[in-house]
Amino acid sequence: MMDLAPYLLLAGLEGLVMASVLMLTALGLSLVFGVMRVVNVAHGEFYMLGAVGAWACAQFVPGHPALAFCVALVVAPLLVGVLAYLADWAILKRINYDPEGTIVSTIGMLYIIQQLTLMSFGPDARAVDAPFYYTIRTPWFGYSSYKLFTVVMALVLVAGLWVMLKRSKWGLVMRATQFDRETAQNFGIPVNRVYSIVFAIGAMLAAIGGVLVVPNQQAHYLMGGDPLLLSFVVVIVGGLGSIPGTIAAAILIGMSDGLLSVFFSPTAAKIFSTLLVAFVLVFKPEGLFGRSNRV
Amino acid sequence: MRVMNKGQNRRSVLAGLAGTGLLMASPGIIGRARAQSGDAIRLGAPFHRTGIGASYGRWYERTANAALEVINAGGGINGMPVEMIVEDDGTDPKRGVELIEKFSAEHKVDAVFGHLFSHVAAATAPRAGELKMPYFLCSEAHTLAAGGFNRYCFQPSISDVKSQVSSMAPWISENLGKKITLIYPDYAFGYDHRDNMTAAIKAQGGEVVADIAIPPTETTFTRYMPRIPFNTEVIYHVMVGPAVMTFVKELGEHLGSNRPEIFGFIDSLEAVDIGIPQLEYLEGTHFWEGHARYAQADQTEFDKFYREKVGVDENGASVDDARDISTYAHMFSVWETLFAMKQAMEMADYKGPDQKVAFLEAMEAIEGFEASNEFPQGEKLFNGKTHQSFAHQNISKVTDGKLEVVYRTSIEETLYEDETDYTQMSF
Repeated sequence: MMDLAPYLLLAGLEGLVMASVLMLTALGLSLVFGVMRVVNVAHGEFYMLGAVGAWACAQFVPGHPALAFCVALVVAPLLVGVLAYLADWAILKRINYDPEGTIVSTIGMLYIIQQLTLMSFGPDARAVDAPFYYTIRTPWFGYSSYKLFTVVMALVLVAGLWVMLKRSKWGLVMRATQFDRETAQNFGIPVNRVYSIVFAIGAMLAAIGGVLVVPNQQAHYLMGGDPLLLSFVVVIVGGLGSIPGTIAAAILIGMSDGLLSVFFSPTAAKIFSTLLVAFVLVFKPEGLFGRSNRV
Repeated sequence: MRVMNKGQNRRSVLAGLAGTGLLMASPGIIGRARAQSGDAIRLGAPFHRTGIGASYGRWYERTANAALEVINAGGGINGMPVEMIVEDDGTDPKRGVELIEKFSAEHKVDAVFGHLFSHVAAATAPRAGELKMPYFLCSEAHTLAAGGFNRYCFQPSISDVKSQVSSMAPWISENLGKKITLIYPDYAFGYDHRDNMTAAIKAQGGEVVADIAIPPTETTFTRYMPRIPFNTEVIYHVMVGPAVMTFVKELGEHLGSNRPEIFGFIDSLEAVDIGIPQLEYLEGTHFWEGHARYAQADQTEFDKFYREKVGVDENGASVDDARDISTYAHMFSVWETLFAMKQAMEMADYKGPDQKVAFLEAMEAIEGFEASNEFPQGEKLFNGKTHQSFAHQNISKVTDGKLEVVYRTSIEETLYEDETDYTQMSF
């Protein structure tokens, strides 16, 4: 068996990769809830569509896999964003973002997307080539450099999102809508359009997560379940709608999952994160990093 | 008031009409109507079209279709055409049980065949016995031969895990090493491998230094790899599910060039192209194959015939799409099972469910099968008491990116003492 230090290194790397993808998907979920108060149960399916989109790009773009990957990184999230925009317009807007109604209708969207994928893409898991292959060798084990690349990508994207929310006019509009929908509307903010766009951005973040992960995991029509569950865990632990809280919780859950699943078992890791949710809900329902008295 | 009543009446009439239409169109009703005609043999085929067994299910269905075409072109069974009713069980034990009930109550089939995944078979077999439905497994579960099922269940083609493992363990310990790390899926089929390999390698004077169980729905595996001890001489892996390729890829990444010997069950790479760059490290490693994926230098005419009928090329891929790799090491069991059923039905002059017992007793009386177009994997012994077949097993080595058979066990090596006698059980 390995010594403790390399063991810890491997567990840390695994946790880091997990945390970074989780950060993207959970941020999407958190953003949608924060601004729209919509619990999007179909979030994991947008992640899956991102992965399937990456596979489709790999089929249609000839040449080096890196080219197809770059195309996928742009095209797949865009298509998923358009789909989410349309879903918001066709369904969520019609039921007036009624909380129970949105839960039930996003469950419906989950099944529709999943089954349509099954009917078109099929039941198999399909591999997508990574843009590059290089295995980093340590004296004890090898590690895929692509996995580390996903960490960098996720950090860049999250930083970009952060700047967009804090510095841009669009970010201001979103934050205003999140803070008080009616006042925002009174100030002339097109709240309905903000909603559609936020829903699309949330879905796109999940889709990017899917594109990044697919060279490691293969695309499969049922792959949306795990990220949905973990994203919920992260969002609840971090505080619903709180972006810094979501980032912190993603790192906490991702790293603990990596460490626990390497040192004990992946099942133990799941038990831990689910227990954490239970405790947070009982003792600090606004989340570890959330503010309690929001309007 | 009157207007409302009228409206309600019209609505209920419409609803009734729609309901009748639905009823008429439902496959259950049609199946029942057809089942009464008694002019054909109907077989229920619950295949894993979706779920974790999907790639097997797709090829099992293709193989079954090809076999039935051959059977029906040759005049069917006892002068009757053979029909197959396919349902998707989603590789789900619960759905497996529901389907055997549906086949029995609605389709009124003569027999059911085609289950592979052991957790589905383990759930379905007891219900098949209760419903008195002949149930033919195309699975490697040892549960049947261990006496865990009932007199209605048979495994006439593919050998069970116990005989596969015990026949190959001596070769593994002599040629590869004696310190084994087992990596297997965390359910019944995996436990068959763990228990039998642990016992078999101990009998050879070796030992299992670590055993690593992985849930079959897992998608990432790097986190399991540190549990492989450095003193491992042989990694023995058998994985199933949609992520098998990721597993093998990550195993390669983890180990690098100074890897121990690797002995895998081809399950870990069924339906996966082994000729891709990330799997180059498998060169020189060994695999179990029930039936050799790549046409070998000494290919039999029977294998050639079977390949052509199912539509598989010499590399084990679909003739229509070279990227569509078959589950070649397992799917012969569907073909052979259908021909075994045909043989037993002909021995019993089977015309319909009235001769069910005669059909099953004929099956129990069969002592084996010769290598032929009907049994392209090769000759086998059939044990009527344990309802289990015993056949040659192949150990293949990855050579120039292809699997080459380097050792073929004898049938004697696959035998073990009977653990049950189903003929003592009543029908």
